[in-house]
Amino acid sequence: MNCKGLIREISDYLDGELAVETLTEIEIHLQRCKDCRLIVDTTRKTIEIYYSTQPLPLPNDVRERLHQALIKRLGRRPTA
Amino acid sequence: MAQAVTIYANLLRRGLFAAGAPPLIPMSSPEPKRMPSTIVRDDEGALVSLAKSGDLSAFDELVNRYERRIFRLTMNITQNREDAEDATQDAFLKSFQHLPDFQGDSRFYTWLVRIAVNEALMRLRRRRPNVTSLDEPVQTEEDLIPREIEDWGPTPEQRYQVTELNSILSNATAELEPIFRTVFVLRDVEQLSTEETAEALGISVPAVKSRLLRARLRLREKLGRHFAQRQQA
Repeated sequence: MNCKGLIREISDYLDGELAVETLTEIEIHLQRCKDCRLIVDTTRKTIEIYYSTQPLPLPNDVRERLHQALIKRLGRRPTA
Repeated sequence: MAQAVTIYANLLRRGLFAAGAPPLIPMSSPEPKRMPSTIVRDDEGALVSLAKSGDLSAFDELVNRYERRIFRLTMNITQNREDAEDATQDAFLKSFQHLPDFQGDSRFYTWLVRIAVNEALMRLRRRRPNVTSLDEPVQTEEDLIPREIEDWGPTPEQRYQVTELNSILSNATAELEPIFRTVFVLRDVEQLSTEETAEALGISVPAVKSRLLRARLRLREKLGRHFAQRQQA
């Protein structure tokens, strides 16, 4: 496993979707390659940061128009 | 405690921390981060059954539960507030109209996401017909070469206020091509599985993986401009 090979597998590695053999090759490579350790770490953080974001409250005007559309089509207002 | 178990189980399901096989190399943040628990609550199936039988208050609850996520999804895909609003409205209306066809083979949330994705993509194609092909783009090894190799520190996101962080994240995804952005948003923001993402977009699992890899690497580069802790000269 070289650096290029690791980058190709980095997504499956972080998703835990690699076969044991490839996983072992990656971890051996990581033991001796500081750059790849940084790339794995920062890619992991990229995923974690997005993963932990929560949706913002719906803007009031958007929510009101959505609910008005539902009232019109479904015949009643969704309860808040 | 139960919540912590759920959170960790969710992380294991997502594979971010391989079960029973800690990495040989300790990364700079070896402790699992606190993550949101599963999006779908246990009572979703019951609510859907009630809504199918005509109970509008049950459907109201589903709307209230998912409206923020569906609007975020359609905003992320269309990058246009008016289109996102229309797509959100139509997604909920169509989901209600087609509830009798919903067989329960998948989660309601996943089914709703699929409808919302279609509505959003339709509007995106209408607005930007030349840049929204979902065909496989030409991808080269050059796409994968990292340019930013800097340490971010253990918690780079904590160096920013929430609104500033949200702006950084949304600007970064907005810069991605739609085919990469859509896959990334479904997988890593809306937390669909690879298979669910493939089904929602009508593409193969390998195509999802290939686009997700590129999306993640590109976002890593973009976020690195904000998060990298540069060495002081």
